[in-house]
Amino acid sequence: MIWDWAFAFEILPVLASAAIVSIEATLIGFALAASLGLVLAVVRIAVPWTGWTISVLVELIRSTPLLIQIFFLYFVFPKFGVVLDAFTAGVLAIGIHYAAYCSEVYRAGFDNIHRGQWEASVALNLSAWTTFRDIIIPQAIPPIVPALGNYLVALFKETPLLSAIAVLELMQTAKIIGSETFRYTEPMTLVGLFFLAMSLVSAALIRSLEGLLNRRTMR
Amino acid sequence: MGIRTLVAMLVVALVVIGALATQESYKVFMPGLLQGAVLTIEIAILGSLLAIVMGVLAALARMYGPAPLKWLATVYVEIFRGTSALVQLFWLFFVLPQFGVTLNAFLVAVLALGLNVGAYGSEVVRGAIQSVARGQWEASTALNMSRPQMLRRIILPQAFVAMIPPWGNLFIELLKSTALVSLITLSDLAFKAQQMNQNTFKTIPIFTLVLLMYLAMSLVVTIGMRLLERRASLGLARGKAA
Repeated sequence: MIWDWAFAFEILPVLASAAIVSIEATLIGFALAASLGLVLAVVRIAVPWTGWTISVLVELIRSTPLLIQIFFLYFVFPKFGVVLDAFTAGVLAIGIHYAAYCSEVYRAGFDNIHRGQWEASVALNLSAWTTFRDIIIPQAIPPIVPALGNYLVALFKETPLLSAIAVLELMQTAKIIGSETFRYTEPMTLVGLFFLAMSLVSAALIRSLEGLLNRRTMR
Repeated sequence: MGIRTLVAMLVVALVVIGALATQESYKVFMPGLLQGAVLTIEIAILGSLLAIVMGVLAALARMYGPAPLKWLATVYVEIFRGTSALVQLFWLFFVLPQFGVTLNAFLVAVLALGLNVGAYGSEVVRGAIQSVARGQWEASTALNMSRPQMLRRIILPQAFVAMIPPWGNLFIELLKSTALVSLITLSDLAFKAQQMNQNTFKTIPIFTLVLLMYLAMSLVVTIGMRLLERRASLGLARGKAA
């Protein structure tokens, strides 16, 4: 018997609770990526001499595998006396990795703001903080929401990497079930289907969001 | 980032690797890591070739194929883009044998990564073909070209240039994804790093070297693709005619 329905239903609750860990990791990781990415992009504009340093840093992070970065954070922090549990280290690594990608998205958003907006803000004697908060960000962010959404989905699909440092997320749980019962077909396939379903749903959401934003910004 | 900055980064990365490799505490790790790097490069190259083939086939099937083929290509693209690369790798490695198909780990690695990136690549190919100006299609029709002729002589050479930068990004993604194969027992660069780390606990030297090696490999791909792009767009007028 290749596919055993009874077994599949038996492991479903275990996988479902592990899926919550995956989703938690996704949300925390993305919150980190989105905010850190924004900080990087803003610092780059606000403090021009950091531009070169930040782009080298971004290039470094984007050119090396996330798995190695996860290992690095997980094993290196204890050397400095900071012991992070696997979940924290993993989510931190994912967040930093995607912050590099997100900062480029934000940068594209800022680059699309018309020069006149900056000049007008200066002419109106607005502070840098007010300019960003009230003039630039409200115009720059909506057009890039779909791009950020795509990275959210990409980040979600990277969470199985956390299984490499034994975080009990979906993949690790499926692997444990597999090694205990010698049945890999059901757990692995269910994990695959879960990711497929989540990706398709979020892709549809992003598409409709894109349509909504296009309509709102159309003038 | 400009090509000069990239070359400068590559040179710096290689010099740093070289300088570290002469240090006593780093030297011992070099032979093992280089061995791992060779396997990483092999998987990356074979995976990329498979990805190109799958990307082009799936894109053409989705655009011009008969209905069943179109449907098949869509299912392929959605499945491989919708599930994560690690899940695909594990599925091929752990589940396929239960259906009586046992592939060795190397083959699984190339297949999983190639099919995964190929699915993303098919969208790149499709987008590039569709980005060729309408007038080009119309002119080809007016000249009474058949569809294969049109694609081969007019559309694809122009679409090719538009495809290079996104394919470059995909090759980098694939190169980085090769680190995942360490989780299915292949002793690539990432595997060697982890093994040495567990044996010696010299985390910082090992991972610094490994990160620099991956950086150097990625930079080689990026620079290569930039040069290819420059060469391919020679003599091609870009942008709209006046």
